[in-house]
Amino acid sequence: MDLSTTYLGLELKNPLVASASPLSRSLDSARRLEDAGMAALVMYSLFEEELLNEQQALEHFMHGHDIGNPEATSPLEVPGGYHSGLDDYLEHLHRLKQALNVPVIASLNGISAGGWVENGRQLQEAGADALELNTYYIAADIAESGAEVEARYIDLLTELRQHVTIPIAVKLSPQFSSLAELAQRLATAGADGLVLFNRFYQPDIDLETLEVIPSLQLSTPDDLLLRMRWIAMLRGRVDLSLAATGGVHGTEQVLKVLLAGADVAQMCSALLQHGPGRLTDVLHELTSWLDEHEYDSLRQLIGSVSQQKTSDPAAFERANYMKVLDSYTPPPGVWS
Amino acid sequence: MALTNAVTLEGNEAAAYVAHLCSDVIAIYPITPSSPMGEYCDAWSAHERPNLWGSVPEVIEMQSEAGAAGAVHGALQTGALATTFTASQGLLLMIPNMYKIAGELTSAVFHVSARALATHALSIFGDHSDVMSVRQTGWAMLASNSIQEVMDMALISHAATLEGRVPLLHFFDGFRTSHEVGKIELVDAATVRTMISDELVQAHRARALSPDRPVVRGTSQNPDVYFQSREAVNPFYKRMPDVVQTAMDRFAELTGRQYRLFDYVGAADAERVVVIIGSGADAVEEVVETLATQGEKVGLLKVRLYRPFAASAFIDALPTSTRRLSVLDRTKEPGSDGEPLYKDVITALVNDQQSANPHFERMPRIVGGRYGLASKEFNPGMIKGIFDELDKATPKNDFTVGIIDDVGHSNLDIDEAFEITKVEGLTQAMFYGLGSDGTVSANKNTIKIIGEETDLHAQAYFVYDSKKAGAATVSHLRFSPQPIRSSYLIGDDEANFVACHQVGFIERYDMLDKAADGAVFLLNSPTAPDAVWGTLTQRMQKHVIDKKLRFYTIDAIAVARETGMGARINTVMQTCFFAISGILPRDQAIASIKRAVEKTYGAKGKSIVERNFAAIDTTLAQLHEVAVPDAVSSDLSKLLPVAAEAPEFVRKITGELIAGHGDSLPVSLMPCDGTFPVGTARWDKRNLALEIPVWDAELCIFCGKCVFVCPHSAIRCKVFPESAVADAPPTFKHIPVKGKEFESGTLISYQVFPEDCTGCTLCVDVCPAKSKSDSSHKALNMALQPPLREQENINLEFFYGLPEFDRTQVRTGTMKSAMLLETLFDASGACVGCGETPYVKLVSQLFGDRALVANATGCSSIYGGNLPSTPWSKNADGRGVAWSNSLFEDNAEFGLGFRLTIDKQREYARELLSRLADDLGKELVGALREAVQDDEAGIHEQRERVTELKTKLVGIDSAEARELESVADTLVRKSVWIIGGDGWAYDIGFNGVDHTLASGRNVNILVLDTEVYSNTGGQASKATPTGAVAKFATGGKELGKKDIVQIAMSYGHVYVAQVAFGAKDTHTLKAFLEADSYDGPSLIVAYAPCIEHGVHLSQNLRQQNLAVDSGHWNLLRHDPRRLAENKNPLQIDSKRPSVPYKDFLATETRFSMLFRTDSAKARHLLQKSEKRNHDRFFHYEQLAGISFPETETDEEESAG
Repeated sequence: MDLSTTYLGLELKNPLVASASPLSRSLDSARRLEDAGMAALVMYSLFEEELLNEQQALEHFMHGHDIGNPEATSPLEVPGGYHSGLDDYLEHLHRLKQALNVPVIASLNGISAGGWVENGRQLQEAGADALELNTYYIAADIAESGAEVEARYIDLLTELRQHVTIPIAVKLSPQFSSLAELAQRLATAGADGLVLFNRFYQPDIDLETLEVIPSLQLSTPDDLLLRMRWIAMLRGRVDLSLAATGGVHGTEQVLKVLLAGADVAQMCSALLQHGPGRLTDVLHELTSWLDEHEYDSLRQLIGSVSQQKTSDPAAFERANYMKVLDSYTPPPGVWS
Repeated sequence: MALTNAVTLEGNEAAAYVAHLCSDVIAIYPITPSSPMGEYCDAWSAHERPNLWGSVPEVIEMQSEAGAAGAVHGALQTGALATTFTASQGLLLMIPNMYKIAGELTSAVFHVSARALATHALSIFGDHSDVMSVRQTGWAMLASNSIQEVMDMALISHAATLEGRVPLLHFFDGFRTSHEVGKIELVDAATVRTMISDELVQAHRARALSPDRPVVRGTSQNPDVYFQSREAVNPFYKRMPDVVQTAMDRFAELTGRQYRLFDYVGAADAERVVVIIGSGADAVEEVVETLATQGEKVGLLKVRLYRPFAASAFIDALPTSTRRLSVLDRTKEPGSDGEPLYKDVITALVNDQQSANPHFERMPRIVGGRYGLASKEFNPGMIKGIFDELDKATPKNDFTVGIIDDVGHSNLDIDEAFEITKVEGLTQAMFYGLGSDGTVSANKNTIKIIGEETDLHAQAYFVYDSKKAGAATVSHLRFSPQPIRSSYLIGDDEANFVACHQVGFIERYDMLDKAADGAVFLLNSPTAPDAVWGTLTQRMQKHVIDKKLRFYTIDAIAVARETGMGARINTVMQTCFFAISGILPRDQAIASIKRAVEKTYGAKGKSIVERNFAAIDTTLAQLHEVAVPDAVSSDLSKLLPVAAEAPEFVRKITGELIAGHGDSLPVSLMPCDGTFPVGTARWDKRNLALEIPVWDAELCIFCGKCVFVCPHSAIRCKVFPESAVADAPPTFKHIPVKGKEFESGTLISYQVFPEDCTGCTLCVDVCPAKSKSDSSHKALNMALQPPLREQENINLEFFYGLPEFDRTQVRTGTMKSAMLLETLFDASGACVGCGETPYVKLVSQLFGDRALVANATGCSSIYGGNLPSTPWSKNADGRGVAWSNSLFEDNAEFGLGFRLTIDKQREYARELLSRLADDLGKELVGALREAVQDDEAGIHEQRERVTELKTKLVGIDSAEARELESVADTLVRKSVWIIGGDGWAYDIGFNGVDHTLASGRNVNILVLDTEVYSNTGGQASKATPTGAVAKFATGGKELGKKDIVQIAMSYGHVYVAQVAFGAKDTHTLKAFLEADSYDGPSLIVAYAPCIEHGVHLSQNLRQQNLAVDSGHWNLLRHDPRRLAENKNPLQIDSKRPSVPYKDFLATETRFSMLFRTDSAKARHLLQKSEKRNHDRFFHYEQLAGISFPETETDEEESAG
C-alpha cells in the first residue's frame, strides 16, 4: 500500500510525524522512531525566552563577581567554548540530520521579531528541512484586540518569510475568533502549512500553599475532535498543508484526521507512553484498514471526509448542543 | 606621542602577563588587591594560553598564602620557574618561605601589589607596610611606579633573578597602580623571549633536587658553621645591583625604555631633592617639572631597586648640588626613629661622607616623612608642601603629609593653591555611580575604546566606598596627548566632565565642586528636562551658573528598562558621555561602543548584544541639554549625613566619614587603639529600596519569620502594653497579640525601617499569611517607598522608644517568641538579600547581651566592621556584642583566646568569692558559685546577684575586693562566637578550627558557607561544590566539597549542626540554642546563598529549599549529650532528597554555566555529584541509625 503523503512540500513515506517532544533530544530515541516508521521529526522547541533568560543569568553571574566594591572589581572570565542554548540546538539539529534519513523540522518559539528571524535563519543554515513556528502566546492583555494579536502572527511570519527559504508551518492554538480567515492570511503571508492545535500547559492551584503551579497533562484521544473538525473545515479552502497534533494516539485517530483533511498526523503523548512500537503498529493497522477498505493509496483517502467533500457539510459547523445533550443518559441511580 | 603596540589594561594584568609568560608553576591565593593577578593567570591557563616555551603554566590555588609560598618553594627547588602574587597579610604569611628561598639562592619572582597591614584596623588599600616588612628576608626588591613600569619591571625581575640567583620581589602600589587602567606599550612575547635566557633557565633546573643527582639542601647547622654559611651568600648580593642594571640596559636596547637603579629627574643643579619609591614618584615628577619651569632648583630621585640597596649608585644619582633631601616613606614603624628608606638614605650618605672621596662637599640635610598610608591621597599640593618645607631654615623631620596631626604636629602645610602646568589637550572626567549600575565597567570600556582608537593616552582610577550593596563608586578618567603621570584623584575645579549616574547622589555629594569652568555636567534623572534644574541643590545650581557649565540630562533608567537592560544603565550613560564629551566623533564612538559590546557578549548572547544596541540607539534621542537659568532658584541643600539627634561621636566622626570628609578629620579625633563605639550603623541610612514591605496587621499570624529572614534587620517586632501607644503617631500600626505567653491586652507591632530596607522582598516571600479573598495579598506586601519614607521614619522613632519585651519571659524555642528578642545587629552594608546576615543577626538576638564575637576577615568582617559605621550594637542596659577581627587565618584561635580568658577570670572570680566569703556572706557566695544559668531567667538572676556583689564589694576595703570587682562580670555566663566564611573555615583557618574543636573548650564556631570566597569576588574554596564555576575554577570545580561536618563529628565531643535558615527556620533556631547551651565546642555550618551563585537573591529562600530537597545540603545535628541518654548523637533533620539534583543546578548559573562551556564535563560531574550526594545522605542516615545500647558502666567506679 502506498502510504506516502506530501507535507510542506516534503515528500514523506507515510503520514506519521513525531511532534515536538523530548524524544527528539536524544539521537537514540530519534533513531528508534525512524526505525519504527516515523516519516518526519519535529524537534523539541527552541524557546527564545529561554535563551534570553539564560543570557541574562550569564550576565548577572559574570557581574555578580564584580559587585562594585573594592575587593571584587573584576567580572568572572567566561571560558572560551561557551555554548549558548541556541548553539546546542543548532548542533543537535545538525546531528539529527546526520543520523536520520527522514526530514527534520525545527521548532521555534519566539517572542520578538528579531529573535524569530535570526534564529530561523540559523536553523535553516544548520540544515532544517522546514520550520514549525510554535506560537506560544497567551493573549490576555485587555488592551490588545484580537486583530492586534493576529497581526503579531502575520508580521512575524512576513518578516521571517523574507529571510528563510525553507517551508514554514505555523502551529496555532484554537483560541482565535476567526480561524479560517486567519489561516488564509497566514497562507498569503507565506506559510506553507498549519499545525492544529497547540496545547498550552495549564496552571493549577496547590491547595496547601495556595500558589499557582505549572502542570502539563499528556493529551488523550478526546482532544482529537476539535482538531479533526477544524482540519475538515480548512481542507481545500486554504492553500496550506495541514497537520493534526494533540490527541492522535492510534490508528483510529490517524484515519479520522486524514479523512478530515490532514496531510500528516503528529504524535507525541502516545509515543511517550507506549514507545516507538506504537508507530509500527499504527502503520500496520493503517495499511490493513486501507487494504480492507480497498483504497489505492493513502492520498486517495486524505480529505475525503473534509467539509467540502462530506455529504453533510453543515455537520462540521453545526453547534447542535441540544441534540448532543439530549442524547446523554445519566448512569442508573444518579437521577432516578 | 603615539605608541606602536598600545594596550589598555590595569597594573595587575600587566604583571600577570609577564609572570604567566615566564613561569611553569603558579601558586595562587586570593587577597585584595592582588587577586586579579591570580585570576588572570588562572583564566589564561584555563584557555590553554602557553608560556614562552609553548607550554601552559600549571596554576594551582592553595589554602593560604603560606601554602602558596610553600608550594612555590617546592616547585622552585625541583627546578620549575615558579611565581605567586600577593599583598599585605599574605606577604607576611610568606615570610618564612621567603627566608628559605633566599637562603638557598633560588631564582624566583613574587609580584606584590603593595598594601597596608592590619594593625589597629584592617585596610585593603595601598602603601608599603607589607613590602617593607620583608626587606630583611634577603629578597631583592624592585619597585614599579606605573602600569607601564609594572610590565617592564616584571620582565626585568624575571630576567635578573635567573642571572643573579637572588630571588626578587617586584612590587607596585595597591589600587593606585594595581587597579588603575591605562594605555601602555605592550612588551611583546618576542621581547620577553629575548630577555629570558634558556641557558640560565637550564642552570636553574640543573641546581634543582633530583634523585638522578641527589643532594641534601636545608640541613640543620650548629654554632660552628651557621654563621659562616650565612655570610657565604654575600657575593651574590654584591653582584645583584649590577645584574639588575644589566637587565635594565638590555631591556632598554630592546624597547627604548631605559631604567636605572635610581632614576633622577629635575634640575641638574637641584638643591632640594625628594626621594621616593612607588607611584607617588610620578606625581612628584609632575611637580618637579612645573617648579623647574619656574626656575626652582628641585629634583626627584626615584628608587627602583630598594634591595639590595646600592648605596653608591644612589649617591651617584644625586646632583652634587643637593643641599636638602626629603625622604618619603609610605609606611609607619612606630617606635622607630625613622622609616626604612629614610634610614637607608642616612646610612648611605654618612658612609659616603666618611669615604675617601665624598660625593658632596657638604653632607645634605636629610629629613624623612610619611605619606599615603592606606591609599591616602598624595597630590601636587602636598608635594609642593614638601619642597616648601625643605626651603625652611629648619625643615621638619619625621613629618607627615596629607593628614592633620593636631597631636604630634607632624604634618606639613599643604599648598592648596598650587597647580601643576596642565598639558594642552588634557581631558579629565568624573563619574558618580553605584557599584551595581555598571558605571565602573562602562568606564573601563570607555578607556579601552579611547586607548585603542585614538593616539590619546588614557588613565582610569576608581574609588569605591565600603558597602557591598549600594556602594558608591567614583570614576576618575584622564585622556591626554602626553603620557599621564597624575597618580592622584581629580581635584576641585578640574573635571571637564562630571556625570551623576544616580539621582540620589544629588543630596549626598557636592560633585560640581569638581567641575572646571565650561565643563559638561550630565545627570541621569527621571525628572523631565524642563523641570530637572529645580532638583539640583543650591550649591550645584551656583556652580552651573558660575562656571558656565553645559548641563545635560537623560532618564537612563527609563531607557534601560525600555530596552531590556534592567538596572544596568552603563551602556546608556557611556553613550551619553561619548555623545557630548566630543572626545571621539560621535558616529565613530557609537560604532566603537557597539564593537565593545559585541566583544564582551557576542559569543554568549545575541540578545544581550541587541539590547545593548537598542539602548545605545535609543539614548541619543533621549539626551537633552537643559537651558540654564541666570539665577539660582533652589533652596535644597545636601542632606545631613546623620540625624541631628545622633550621639556626639556619630555626629563628629561617623557623620563626617559618611559625608566623605574623613580626610579632614584630625589625629586627635581618632581612637588611638582602633576601639570604636558600637551601634553606629543605626545612623547610617542608605535609603536604597524603591519598595518596602507594608504590614497588614489584621492578617498577621505573628510567626516572626519576616524578622528572622530579613538580612538587614529592617523589620522588627515588639510587644508592649496598651498604655505604651497612647501617644503613638497616627499611622503607627499595632494589634492585640494572640498567645498564652502574653497577658491579655498586650499589643504587637511589626515596624519596617524604611531607609535600612534594601527591598530584597524576602520578608514578603516568607510570609505565610494570605488574605482569604486575595491570595496575592499577604500580611506583608511591597509598596513604593518614597510616599512611606517620612511616615515610617516617624513610626520608627516611636518604635525605638517602646520598651523591649522582658527577655526572661521569652520562649526562645519558638520562632514567634524568639523574634521578640532585641536585635543587636543593625542594618549593615551587606548585599541585597544576603544569605549570611540572618544567622549573624540571630546570634545577636539570642545571645547578644552576653556574647563576644571573633570574626574572621571576609564579608562578615566587612559588613560587620568596616567604617564609616558598624552594625553591632547594644541594648538599653548598655550590654551588647563585643566584636573583634584579628586576621583571616587565626580566627578560631583568636576566639578560643576569648574563652580562655573568660574561663580563667571566672575561675579567679570564684576563688576570690571563696576568699571573701566571710565579708560577702556565705549565702550570696554560694548562690553566685552554684548559679544555674541555662536560660534567660537564670542569667538574669545571676546578673542581679553580681550587682548585689558589686554593691557589697564597694564597702570592702581590700585588694582582693578590688580584684573581684574587675572580674565579677565573668560570673555571668558568656557566649563566645567564632564567625567566618568558608574560605576561612575550610581553607586558611582550618588548622585553627580543627585545633579549637579539639580543645574541648566552650566556643561556638559559625561557618557562613557561601561555598566560595565571596568577599574577594568569588574564588573557589574547598567548600565549593563539584561542577560549580568560580574564579580559580573557571573550568568547573572537579573535586567535591570538603565534608567539614563529618570531620568535626569524628571527634565525638563536638556539637555539630548543619543548617539552612530558609529551608527550616526552627531547625536553625534550635541548633543555635543547642550550640550555646552545650558546654564544649560547637560547629554550625550554615548555608548562605550568595550573589556569586548566579541567582537573584530574591530567590534566596527558594534556593535553600532546593539545596536541601535535592540533597545538596543536608540538615543535621550531632549532639554529644544524647549519648548520655544512650541515644545516637546524630539526627538527620532533612528528608531524603526528593528533587533531582540537576533541577537544583539548573537554577544557579554557577552550575548551569558549565553545561554551556563544557557540557560533557558538566554531565560527568553531575553524575559524580548525584552519587556523592546520595552516598553522603545514606552514610549519614546509617550513622544516625546506629543504636547505642546501654554500656555496662562500672557502677562501683562511678560511685567511687
